[in-house]
Amino acid sequence: MEKILEVKNLSVEFYKGGKVIQALRDTSLTLKRNEVLGIVGESGCGKSTLALSILKLIPEKEGRVISGEILFKGEDLLRLSDEKLLQIRGDRISIIFQDPFTSLNPVFKISKQIAESLVLHKKENLSTQQMEKEVIELLELVKLPKPKDTMLSYPHQLSGGMQQRVMIAISLSSNPEILIADEPTTALDVTIQKEILNLLTELQKKLGLSVVLITHDFGIVAQTCQRVSVMYAGIIVEEASTSEIFHNPLHPYTKGLLESLPSREELPSSSQGKKRRLKAIPGQVPDPSNLPSGCKFHPRCPKVIEDCKPEEPRLREIVKNHWVRCIRAVY
Amino acid sequence: MLQYIVRRLLFMIPLLLGITIITFVIVHLSPGGPADMLTGLSPKVSAEAKARLHSLYGLDKPLHVQYWLWLSRLVRFDFGRSFKDGRLVIIKILERLPATLLLNVLSLLLIFFIALPIGVISAVRQDSFFDKGMTVFVFLGFSVPAFWLALLLMVLFGVVLGWLPISGMHSVNFPYFSFWGKLWDIIKHLILPVFVSAFGGLAYLSRYSRTSMLEVLRQDYIRTARAKGLSEKKVIYRHALRNALIPIVTLLGLSLPALIGGGFIFETIFAWPGMGRLGYQAIMARDYPVIMGVGVIAALLTLLGNLIADITYAFIDPRIRYR
Amino acid sequence: MAMLGALIIFSLALVAVIAPLIAPFSPHHQDILHRLEPPSTKHPLGTDDLGRDLLSRVIYGTRISLLVGFVAIGIAIIIGSILGLLSGYFGGWLDTVIMRFVDIMLCFPTFFLILMVIAFLEPNIWTVMVVIGLTGWPGLTRLVRGECLSIRERGFVQAAKVLGLSNTRVMFVHLLPNVMAPILVTATLGIGGAILTESALSFLGLGVQPPTPSWGNILTAGKDYITVAWWLSLYPGLAILITVLAYNLLGEGLRDVLDPRMMAE
Repeated sequence: MEKILEVKNLSVEFYKGGKVIQALRDTSLTLKRNEVLGIVGESGCGKSTLALSILKLIPEKEGRVISGEILFKGEDLLRLSDEKLLQIRGDRISIIFQDPFTSLNPVFKISKQIAESLVLHKKENLSTQQMEKEVIELLELVKLPKPKDTMLSYPHQLSGGMQQRVMIAISLSSNPEILIADEPTTALDVTIQKEILNLLTELQKKLGLSVVLITHDFGIVAQTCQRVSVMYAGIIVEEASTSEIFHNPLHPYTKGLLESLPSREELPSSSQGKKRRLKAIPGQVPDPSNLPSGCKFHPRCPKVIEDCKPEEPRLREIVKNHWVRCIRAVY
Repeated sequence: MLQYIVRRLLFMIPLLLGITIITFVIVHLSPGGPADMLTGLSPKVSAEAKARLHSLYGLDKPLHVQYWLWLSRLVRFDFGRSFKDGRLVIIKILERLPATLLLNVLSLLLIFFIALPIGVISAVRQDSFFDKGMTVFVFLGFSVPAFWLALLLMVLFGVVLGWLPISGMHSVNFPYFSFWGKLWDIIKHLILPVFVSAFGGLAYLSRYSRTSMLEVLRQDYIRTARAKGLSEKKVIYRHALRNALIPIVTLLGLSLPALIGGGFIFETIFAWPGMGRLGYQAIMARDYPVIMGVGVIAALLTLLGNLIADITYAFIDPRIRYR
Repeated sequence: MAMLGALIIFSLALVAVIAPLIAPFSPHHQDILHRLEPPSTKHPLGTDDLGRDLLSRVIYGTRISLLVGFVAIGIAIIIGSILGLLSGYFGGWLDTVIMRFVDIMLCFPTFFLILMVIAFLEPNIWTVMVVIGLTGWPGLTRLVRGECLSIRERGFVQAAKVLGLSNTRVMFVHLLPNVMAPILVTATLGIGGAILTESALSFLGLGVQPPTPSWGNILTAGKDYITVAWWLSLYPGLAILITVLAYNLLGEGLRDVLDPRMMAE
């Protein structure tokens, strides 16, 4: 399959209170056309930074890209002029965020927030009626009941689930090729979470989107993603197809995450079938301004040996398309 | 929206009552107030004035009855007559009101249209040379005694350079000017008073706009606007500004008492024929009916200003309009 | 910058205390032969219309400004903190009454209120301080109340209540220290404001009465001679500006250190 987005050796630093935080360290990943790629990890591991830096959305005052490339269909987004970047951001690549309550502008009507994106990206010359029709179509696409009423509402008049549907409608208004979804359901009620996930999966197939889905929840990955990258301390530690990861997790961190997951019917049949106790990974995500030496997971790792400490392991392809960054991993 | 305005109006009633009570209490309980005058402690007042005062306030009656009598006249805007010239207080105030309103409205506009851009640009270019320069200006603005500034500007522009008149609202030969001549004459007389009375507010509001804008620029919906692919200009002037305005409008309403209060000193310095100068002269002459009238009207103006701010606020913020 | 402010304030306090030692002349010493003299080596800031040394008068004026600032704000802080604590801690009808009172006070142009009251009393330094203090508390009450409301629900206050501590004890021992930061910031900024108000009152002849030198009344006396003796108007004004600036710098600095969340109130 064609590679639509490639992140190569991306390093990002944040500056906070005089300290340098290494949010991403030499991270690489590839998104293929029409696939849903999951990026999984605990909070603070750099997932959201990755999502934001793909669209150069990290505020200049807070942090910056140190090195690396972000290739969209072969073109490096990091080296584009601002003007060129705006033709891709929100147009070819869209993004939706974790918290729909705060992500919509409270002072504008829904119709305006959607229409703004429509005008910007292709339909400058629409009449008011045509514009209204397009907005309604988009709201229908994301299955909002009563699109005409919703259109005239302000964000605070909608529920969280409805707001997230509006965010999705905005992100799809430009017919993007790539959708980055940064924890799109984390802030929502459990029942609503499922509806939104189903909607995303359905739209991905219908519109032929390529999706980067960022989540801390392996259950969501199982439902939606074809491939998974597991991140820890600003770097990818394991990458494989979803079923491969669930069947043969190789990195101790991945195993830990899977063991802390409650059993669900949706999980691909595996060893999870039998009853077991939920386990949490001991310890905490390391302070990104003061990372440990060697493998960044070694202070928490149950299989740690002396060799883990001096040097950070390389990402190895253990079997075809299954990569892992652990010196002890064997297939 | 209508419901909201009605609610705000109802809310004003107890405030109004409170304002009248405080004015009444201060004037009547102060040593040297009308009560004392009646007992003859103050020889300045003529017997005729005392008699007028007596009937006006019913000063022999208990305090709450006096208040009630005063209040019942107050609702008809009957503040009584001035001790000084025997004219109706309300007429004296109404004569002066336009000049005061002109001064204050112009000051407010000046504050808004200069301070807002300063604050916004400072926030957008945080820590830039411009931002730092404006911070210095803001601190000076907070700290400079405005009457002193007025004095210095009067000397500079009125005496040394001779560009601007330094007192009153028009020149002596005003009636002989053409329409445009009259307009220009008033504008020239307005420049210094408006600038001086706006100065403190300018500093305050630029600082506040900067804070408000910085706060808004950190919000998620600004990130959304950028993610849509909007240009930085549109992100700031379309998405951020409108939100940053919400607290600024409230502050503008709240700054009204300070502006009117400042009027008492600036109008006096510039001999501006407004309500503030009337109030100051009344205070110096212990002209109680005028003092109380000015106090109530000034507080009323503040309430009105707050109401306008509340309505504007609701206009900008739909979360207030549609609950 | 906050350090600079603190340094200036400290120096001014020192000047106020040792005024008799550093002032070249008595502030009341008249020398009618040398009236309205421009700054010279003998009179670094010149002399006034009665031939008094301006530098000495400005030095003694420091005392008035500091006194007015501290006493007036002290009064405002005591009233504002207590009402704010009561309002925020007890809530209910007491809260409603206090907050409506605050709303009413905030409707009055404070300066007019002060003018009104002082005109009825004898204007002197004590009435000026008390009246500025008595009109300066409403904003602080609001601030303290708001802080109390958020702290009231926190664990340690609840725990203190459950332990059966008296309300007074909970308020002053447990709540008050936690609202000290905003009080301190407001007080520091407020002192600058009080000094400005005092000088404005003196300027209008309703503040500190001559011959006691205050920066405001030196200015008033000087303004009649502004075209012939600019120094009489310039230097006292500069003294006010620098002093108020120092308190503002310190106040803003304290705000940044103590409570970065606090917005400009």
